[in-house]
Amino acid sequence: MPIDIYLNVAVSGLLTGLVYGLMALGLSVIFGVVRVVNFAHGEMMTIAMYLAVLAFSVLGLDPLVMMVPIAAVLFVFGYALQAGLIGPFINKPEHMQFILLVAVAVILVNVQLIVFGPDARGVQTAYSYDSFAVGKLIIDATKVYAALAALTVSAALFVFFRFTEVGKAIRACADNYTGALVVGLDVRRLYALTFGIGAACVGAAGAMMVVIIDVTPSLGPAYTLLAFVIVITGGLGSMPGALLGGVLIGMTEAMAGLLFSPSAKTMFAFAILVLVLLFRPQGIMGKRAA
Amino acid sequence: MIARLIEGTSRRGLVLLALLLAFLILIPFFVNDYLITVLILIFYFAFVGQAWNIMMGFAGQLSLGHALYVGLGAYTSAALYVHFGVGPWIGMLAAIPVAGALGAVIGFLAFRFGVSGVYFAILTIAFCEFARVGFDHFRWVGGSAGFFLPVAQYSVNDLWNLRGKPSMFYYVILGFTVAAFIICHLLLRSRMGYFWQAIREDEPAARALGINAFRYKMIAVVISAGMTSLAGVFFAFFYNNLFPEQVFHISRSIEMILAPIIGGVGTLFGPILGAVILTGLSETMHEILHLLGVDVPGAKAVFYGICLLVVIVALPDGVWPWLSRRLGLSERK
Repeated sequence: MPIDIYLNVAVSGLLTGLVYGLMALGLSVIFGVVRVVNFAHGEMMTIAMYLAVLAFSVLGLDPLVMMVPIAAVLFVFGYALQAGLIGPFINKPEHMQFILLVAVAVILVNVQLIVFGPDARGVQTAYSYDSFAVGKLIIDATKVYAALAALTVSAALFVFFRFTEVGKAIRACADNYTGALVVGLDVRRLYALTFGIGAACVGAAGAMMVVIIDVTPSLGPAYTLLAFVIVITGGLGSMPGALLGGVLIGMTEAMAGLLFSPSAKTMFAFAILVLVLLFRPQGIMGKRAA
Repeated sequence: MIARLIEGTSRRGLVLLALLLAFLILIPFFVNDYLITVLILIFYFAFVGQAWNIMMGFAGQLSLGHALYVGLGAYTSAALYVHFGVGPWIGMLAAIPVAGALGAVIGFLAFRFGVSGVYFAILTIAFCEFARVGFDHFRWVGGSAGFFLPVAQYSVNDLWNLRGKPSMFYYVILGFTVAAFIICHLLLRSRMGYFWQAIREDEPAARALGINAFRYKMIAVVISAGMTSLAGVFFAFFYNNLFPEQVFHISRSIEMILAPIIGGVGTLFGPILGAVILTGLSETMHEILHLLGVDVPGAKAVFYGICLLVVIVALPDGVWPWLSRRLGLSERK
């Protein structure tokens, strides 16, 4: 096979990986602050994807335009979920939180199955078949737009956590729960806010993903696992780690699809996960837990 | 042994238990095949729940990939039967070491490298996913096209080859469940059982007391994996078809932990009670939805999810601890 096929696939994997990264960023933010593992993450992703499909088919709105409103909807959903359901479980054992979110995930995925049916749904935008030619490389326009959007949202998030008052307050909660309570931060509200922000990341990622891949309800659990793999690979709680992990997994999947078979993709992603868990459990960019 | 079995159980509890067992043995004579199938499902989930409970409920290690062991047991015994004509009971003797060995590998990797809690749970999912993709490409046992056991209309029960009517399968799975209950009961009251519970409650403290946590966690994983693989053998011979996409799917792993969680993690009756509640409710709802004509795929799973949610919010310790207090039965946790 000529070398440019590999290059083409690698670039395509890189671009998809950035969208994966944004999705995983949501999981990472939630875990980094609230210390709850969102087992319904992929299901929230497919909710966003279905919203984008609906907006496109009913109102004719472009998914990339719908990114912001869909992120807002998911923000409200995430906020409500944390404030109403997960909040009381913050100090419960890990396995109970896990099971609570598994229950949420099971409900979400099957409600989607009932509402939308098992068939794949997608969007056909005006630029669906456009591509850029860079030398010998041919790059899908949709993936470029989606990746750029993912980078923009991630950058906005970095700025938010670094420079705004609320962002700093959230980081304070993550650093020292008791300390944050002592200085009078409304931790419960900040947790809900964080969960909302994490969900909004997924919302934005979902809206972008629709232009790359068709959505079915069964994508939900698959994306949950994928988000875990990415976040653990990159470092749970690390924001750059999530993006890096996304790119790494995106490219690995693309290469595995090319060199072996598309169905072997997840196997390679999980192989990376197992290696990381065994040899660098804190993840590539993660800090060693005390 | 008998003394240890009944120790700590009230007289009232024993009488109730004996009556229950007699009732369960006699029931196939009075009900139709449909109800027997429902009962089989109940005891199937009670059995795998009991096996999973050894790891999570006793030793505190959360596995979300137990479908792996069911699948291994199912495929091992089915392959032996189809390719070599070896019956299921011998197949079980092969399935237990296969599943136990893989459990040991996963346990070794996890416990040696300090993978615990949520990370451990995700590691178990990862291995189950490996198996799913692996078996999809494993042509010798049918790959993704599925693996089938020969089926015929049976008028006589062939217990040795597990070919026969539902009532035979009912007694087999009832026997499994009762055996699992007794084994778990003995394990929980044994020295090792107390070590497990110490590790579950506070591992650093347990280790400080000189308990070899690595060793006992390994034993818990191996016992749990081996026991779960028996359910796989039963699964293969009862359903007669195996698809990697179904057998190793993560929803199978989740399905089998629902009963012990709803019934009560770490209790002996929890998995059984949970299986009765879940399967009973789900079959009832299936009937109701069917009558209403709104029998859509996914409705049952939504219901499962809601049950799980309600129980984890309202009765975080499960139904059995609450119920046993109400009934005045003693079961020390």
